[in-house]
Amino acid sequence: MIFLKLILTVFLSAWVMFIGLLYKGIDRKIAARLQARFGPPIIQPFYDVIKLLQKENIVPENAVPWIFNGAPWLALLASISLFFYQPMGSLPPILGDRGDIILILYVFTVAAIAIVAGGFASGSPFATVGAQREMVLLMSYEFPLATAIIALAWYYSKTFSDLPAFSLYTYVLKPIWSHVGPLGFLGMLLIMLTILVVAPAELGKIPFDIAEAETEIAEGVMVEYSGKNYALFYIADGVKTLAMTALVVNMFFPWNLSSFFGLSGVGAYLLDFIFFWVKVLALLLISVTLVRVAFARLKVDQIARFYWFPLLLTSMVGLLLVVCDKLV
Amino acid sequence: MAEISYGYSVPIGPIHPALKEPIEFVFDIEGEKVKGVKIYAGHAHRGIEWMGMRRNPIQNLYLAERICGICSVTHALALALAVERALNIEVPPRAQYIRLIVAELERIHSHLLWAGVAAHEVGFDSAFMLLWKVRENVMDLLEKLTGNRVNYAIIQIGGVRRDITEELRHEIWKSLDYYRTLSERIKVLLLEDPTFTLRTRDVGVLTKEDALSLCAVGPTARASGVPKDVRQDQPYIAYADIGVKAITPDLYTGEVKGDVYDRTVVRLLEIDQSIDLIDKALTNMPDGEIVYEKNLVKLLALIKKGEGEGVGRHEAPRGEDVHYVKFVPGSENLAVWKVRAPTYSNLLPWVPMFKDAEVADIPIIVASTDPCMSCLNRATLVYPSGRKEVLTHEELHKLSVEKTRRLSRR
Repeated sequence: MIFLKLILTVFLSAWVMFIGLLYKGIDRKIAARLQARFGPPIIQPFYDVIKLLQKENIVPENAVPWIFNGAPWLALLASISLFFYQPMGSLPPILGDRGDIILILYVFTVAAIAIVAGGFASGSPFATVGAQREMVLLMSYEFPLATAIIALAWYYSKTFSDLPAFSLYTYVLKPIWSHVGPLGFLGMLLIMLTILVVAPAELGKIPFDIAEAETEIAEGVMVEYSGKNYALFYIADGVKTLAMTALVVNMFFPWNLSSFFGLSGVGAYLLDFIFFWVKVLALLLISVTLVRVAFARLKVDQIARFYWFPLLLTSMVGLLLVVCDKLV
Repeated sequence: MAEISYGYSVPIGPIHPALKEPIEFVFDIEGEKVKGVKIYAGHAHRGIEWMGMRRNPIQNLYLAERICGICSVTHALALALAVERALNIEVPPRAQYIRLIVAELERIHSHLLWAGVAAHEVGFDSAFMLLWKVRENVMDLLEKLTGNRVNYAIIQIGGVRRDITEELRHEIWKSLDYYRTLSERIKVLLLEDPTFTLRTRDVGVLTKEDALSLCAVGPTARASGVPKDVRQDQPYIAYADIGVKAITPDLYTGEVKGDVYDRTVVRLLEIDQSIDLIDKALTNMPDGEIVYEKNLVKLLALIKKGEGEGVGRHEAPRGEDVHYVKFVPGSENLAVWKVRAPTYSNLLPWVPMFKDAEVADIPIIVASTDPCMSCLNRATLVYPSGRKEVLTHEELHKLSVEKTRRLSRR
C-alpha cells in the first residue's frame, strides 16, 4: 500500500507540474486575447522552463547561498505536496488520512515563506522591499481566509458529527450547497467571495502582485533569481495557482459527472478526474485571468486596509449568517 | 546623540523597468516611505548641439528631429522657428497650417503613448495594450501625411516639405472621427477606473506655488492649475488664427489638486483639444505655397548671408521647448545652437512630488511628467579621474563664462 502511494505521489507530482505549466500557457493566451494581443503559444511556459534550465544559475555575492538555493526547492515541494491532501474528482486524496485543510493552509504559508526567505537572502534592496511586501500581504489575507475556513469547518462539524469536519474529502462527499438553509446559503456565498478574493493575493497576481511589481521594484523577490532556481519558482507558481483553485473547487464546486451519467468503476474515476481539471481551469480563468486583466496594481497599504476591513467584515458576516442558519 | 537611521537607499536607474530611458534616482527609504531623493542626469548625452554647430540649418533639421524619439516634429519645428526669426524668413500661411496639423497629430500620439505608459506603471496592462492599439491609427495617418511614422522630416526652413492633398484631408477627417468616438471611452477606461484612481489620486502632488517657483512647464504645470501654454500666451504658426486656451484639470473634475490623476486629466483633455484644433485648421486652411524658397541652393546662400540670433518656442506635448540659434556672417553653419527641452524644466518639480511618496508611487510619479531623458541631457561632465557629482553655483558660472568666451571668439 505504501509502495503504491509512493508511485502515485511521483505520478501526481509530474502531472501537476505539467498541468500547472499548461494552464499557465492558457492563462497567458486568454489574458493576451483580452488585451487585444495575440499572445504567446500555449506551450510557451514549457519553452521558458527548458530555456531557464539551460541558463547559468547565478548566486549574488552578498546572498546567503543555502537559503537562496534552498528557497526555490522549498517553494516547489510545498506547492506540489498541496495536492497530496486534495481529492480530485471522486478520487480520495492520496494522504487524506494524514492531513486536512488546516495543513493545507500551513503548506500554502510555507510556499509564501519560501519566497520571502529567498527574497531576503538575495541581498538586493529590491528583493528586500519585495519580501517585506510579501510578508505584509501574508499577514493581510490570513485572517479573512482563516475566518472563512473556520466557518466552513464549524458548519460541517455541527451538521455531520460522524465525519471529520476539517477534511476536504468530507466537503466533496457532502456538497455544502445541498445542506445549508437560505441564511447559510447567503453566508456561504460571502465566504466563497472571501476565498476568491484571497486567491489572487495568495498567488501574487495583479492587483496583488506587489511582491514582484515589475515596474516598481523590478520583479522584487525574484530579481536576483536566474537559471535553474528561477525555473523552480516558475513551476512552483504554476502548481500553486492550481492548488489554490483546486482548493476552491473542492470546497465549493465538488459536484461530479459520473453519478449524472450513472457510471461506476474506473470510467467514473477517469471522467470525474477530467471534469475536476476542467472545473479548475474554468475557475482559474475567472478568478485569476479575468481579475488580472481588469485591474491596476494596488499599493501595499491599500491592500492591507482592504483585507483587514471590508473583506474581514465580509467573512465575519458570512460566519455570522452560517451560525444563525445552524442555531435558529 | 547621533540620529539612528532605520532607512536604506534604493537606487532606481540608470536602468530600471520603470524608466524608459536612463536616469538615476537614489531614494532614501524608510519602510515604504520616501524620505529624500537625489537625481543624477547625464546618462544619455549625445552631443547633438556640438554636432549641430558644425552643420548648416537644413542639415540640422534632421539632427533636431532625432533629439527626441517621440516629439519628432517638436525640435525640428522649434529650430525652424528660431532660424526663421533670426533670418527674417516669412513662412507661407498654408505651411503654417500644415505645421499646426502635424504638431497636433503628434500631440495626440504622444499623449496616447503617455497614457499607456502611465497605465503600465501602475500595473494596468490591459489599458496599456488597448491605448497603444488605438494609437496606431494616428501613427498610420502621420505616415500617410509625411512618409514616416516617426521622424517625419516634414519641416523645412521656411515651410514644409509636403502638402496636404484633398485625399489626405479626408483621411484626416476620418481619423479625427475615430478619436472623437473613442475619447469618451478612453476617459472611462482610465479616469473612472477605481484601481487607477486609487493609484493616482493624491499621489505626487505639485502645488501651484511649487509649480510656479520651480518653473514647471506643459501639462505638469497646467495640472497644478497654472494656465501656461505657449500656444495661448505667445501664439505662433497658425495657433494665432485659431486660438488656444490652456487646459486645466478643473474643466473636468471641478477642482485642481495637482496630482498624477490631474495630469492624466489634462493630457486626455488635450487630446480632445488637439482634435478640435486640427478640425479648425483643416477647415480654414488657405491655398498657396508651402515653402518660402524651394531651391535649397538659394536658401543656403540666403542663410550664408544672414546674420543675427533667434529664439523658437513650441509647446511640445511635454511642455515648452526652446531653441536658440545664432548666425555669424560668412558661415552657413549655426554659430550657437542651444536647446532647452521641456523635461529640463520639469526636473526640479519632481522633488516636491516625491515628498512622502511610497516606493510603489515612484514609477508613476517619474512617468507623470512624461520625461524624455535624451531631450533633457544637454551636458555631461567628464573628468580624467573619476566622476565629480556636484558642481557649485560658482563653478558652474565660471564654466559658463568660459564657454561663452570660447564661442564668441569663433
